[in-house]
Amino acid sequence: MLFSISWRNIWRNKVRSLVIIFSVALGIFAGVTSTAFMKGLAEQRIQKVIKSELSYIQVHKKGFRQNSELKSYIPGAAALTQDIRKIPHVTGASRRVVVQAMIASAETATGVLIAGVNPEQEKQVTNIHEKIIDGAYFEGIKKHPVVIGKKLAEKLNVKVRSKLVITLQDTANNVISGLFRIAGIYTTNNNMYDESHIFIRIGDLLELTTLPEDVAHEIAINIDDSENLPVVETQVKNLAGGLEVMDWKSLSPEMNYLTEAMELYMYIFMIIILLALLFGIINTMLMVVMERTKEIGMLMAIGMNKFRIFSMIVLESIMLSLTGGIVGIFIGALFSKWRSIVPIDLSMWAQGYEQLGFDAYVYLSLDPIMLVNVTILVIITGVIAALYPAYKALKNDPADALRME
Amino acid sequence: MNVIEIKDLVKIYNSSEVKVKAVNGITVDFEEGEFTAVVGPSGSGKTTFLNMLGGLDRPTSGEVKIGGINIWELSSKKLIDFRMNNIGFVFQAYNLIPVLTAGENVEFIMHLQGKPKKERELRTRELLESVGIGDRIKSRPAKLSGGQQQRVAVARALASKPEFILADEPTANLDSKATTELLELMAEMNRKYNTTFIFATHDQRVMDKAKRIITIEDGKIIKDEEFDQ
Ligand SMILES: Nc1ncnc2c1ncn2[C@@H]1O[C@H](COP(=O)(O)OP(=O)(O)O)[C@@H](O)[C@H]1O
Ligand SMILES: [Mg+2]
Repeated sequence: MLFSISWRNIWRNKVRSLVIIFSVALGIFAGVTSTAFMKGLAEQRIQKVIKSELSYIQVHKKGFRQNSELKSYIPGAAALTQDIRKIPHVTGASRRVVVQAMIASAETATGVLIAGVNPEQEKQVTNIHEKIIDGAYFEGIKKHPVVIGKKLAEKLNVKVRSKLVITLQDTANNVISGLFRIAGIYTTNNNMYDESHIFIRIGDLLELTTLPEDVAHEIAINIDDSENLPVVETQVKNLAGGLEVMDWKSLSPEMNYLTEAMELYMYIFMIIILLALLFGIINTMLMVVMERTKEIGMLMAIGMNKFRIFSMIVLESIMLSLTGGIVGIFIGALFSKWRSIVPIDLSMWAQGYEQLGFDAYVYLSLDPIMLVNVTILVIITGVIAALYPAYKALKNDPADALRME
Repeated sequence: MNVIEIKDLVKIYNSSEVKVKAVNGITVDFEEGEFTAVVGPSGSGKTTFLNMLGGLDRPTSGEVKIGGINIWELSSKKLIDFRMNNIGFVFQAYNLIPVLTAGENVEFIMHLQGKPKKERELRTRELLESVGIGDRIKSRPAKLSGGQQQRVAVARALASKPEFILADEPTANLDSKATTELLELMAEMNRKYNTTFIFATHDQRVMDKAKRIITIEDGKIIKDEEFDQ
């Protein structure tokens, strides 16, 4: 009965209650949507980095990631890569030789990281081949093809079929050079990456560096779904005894941190919205208590104890906030769901985003747990908003309240 | 048998440096089944007296014993329950919860008492029928006339099966027809359920229905008469 009294009390002053409900709904909608937006942005960024740069799992010889030494290679990498491909859920494994080198065009030179890859294997792991904007992925050039980033091409002032000289040290520390020709130019939206990463055939690089045939510095592994990462990682570790096996989270802690930081910001953002709404609700509940002084006095007189009076007011405040909250969550969830299929087009402002490695199209990503937490936060807000007004109501003295002036 | 025993009841209000002796030493008893009017000019102390008797306003001194219990020695929590179970109230206005229907208003107090739903519904219907508005059980107070609202209030006061009902100027907002009807209703309920009614009034028509009239002036009883009707 207390429930229905509180609920009906909300509708005694329809306009006033609707204003509060509407503001809560709007605030929660804004919160839910922007949270889904930020989460979508972060997930997209991570997916992109995994797909074009990191891959899900990488295997190295211990120490390679620190010293990048030519000799820190994985012996028998070719066979290991074969074995890794047989693990369930693995959709690709690419054996790479990674070397720091100088690259020079007719005009200028710069330092880059060369990955010697098997193009077919690499296609199954990263999506650079889909990012070719000019030329083709290792096609069209017979001898010593190279694939470079757009940013680097601009810097070196070269185009498809231009000649490039790659200079590096071989295993005997001799400085040697090779002449390469640009087969394709890619762009990943991450300028920093595009400027510093180039791809050549693994055979060409092994030959230049005089490394043994079947080695690699890095085995990059792709899987079908991020859900299966832990299982696959364990199996890779079993195969690659003594080697360093890392997933994308440890390869790029800052990427992992991105999600966590984003989540934290979102909750802070949500709490700020609710804090702003809190004052509106307190104000309304205070008006409610003042207006009903005599009624509350009567209720106390006929036998409603303090706990029940308190509950009645807290309930009314919770229902008021929660009605708005549920409307906001519902609309926010619907909108986010829709926008998780039909992305938000930011191409108008995309210039800046793309430079930071973000996408022009953002697919919102909604976390159901977030919705539950927001609901709880709204209830807490309702309770907090009711505390002072309810305290005021309890201060009522039935004899005073009922005296007719 | 005396249901209510009041001894040397005093209430002094200390507001704004002026001491007001609203009730100035009242000693009186009420028996079961009484139908009593407390009369006197405005400001004579009727409301204050009734409020102390009803456990709403703490006396400065003196005692109120109901069924042998000194109610002002109860903890405030116990006092609320005592009020709920032993005293019915009919006020001049603001008697009913506006968002509840007539029926729900009557049922509400039984709900507070923790009575089972079946019993609540049965008694609600019975009471509203006996106060003559059984057909308005689903109406909200705003849809009822002043007289009908006070009838619901009487039904509500009876719902908890109290020892007695206190009514402070229950007819003050009613026209003469509704006043007569409400008084007749209260008298009928008094006979039917043998519930004690004590009501404050300064309305001559109301006094005429009383079986006992206690007259108060300046916080003191100056007359206490009984009539045979
Ligand atoms: N809360 C209060 N503070 C101060 N004086 C009061 C208060 N309530 C009532 N009084 C005074 O007590 C006296 C008795 O009032 P009341 O019991 O309301 O009389 P009645 O109901 O007979 O009109 C009046 O003089 C009134 O002004
Ligand atoms: Mg009075």
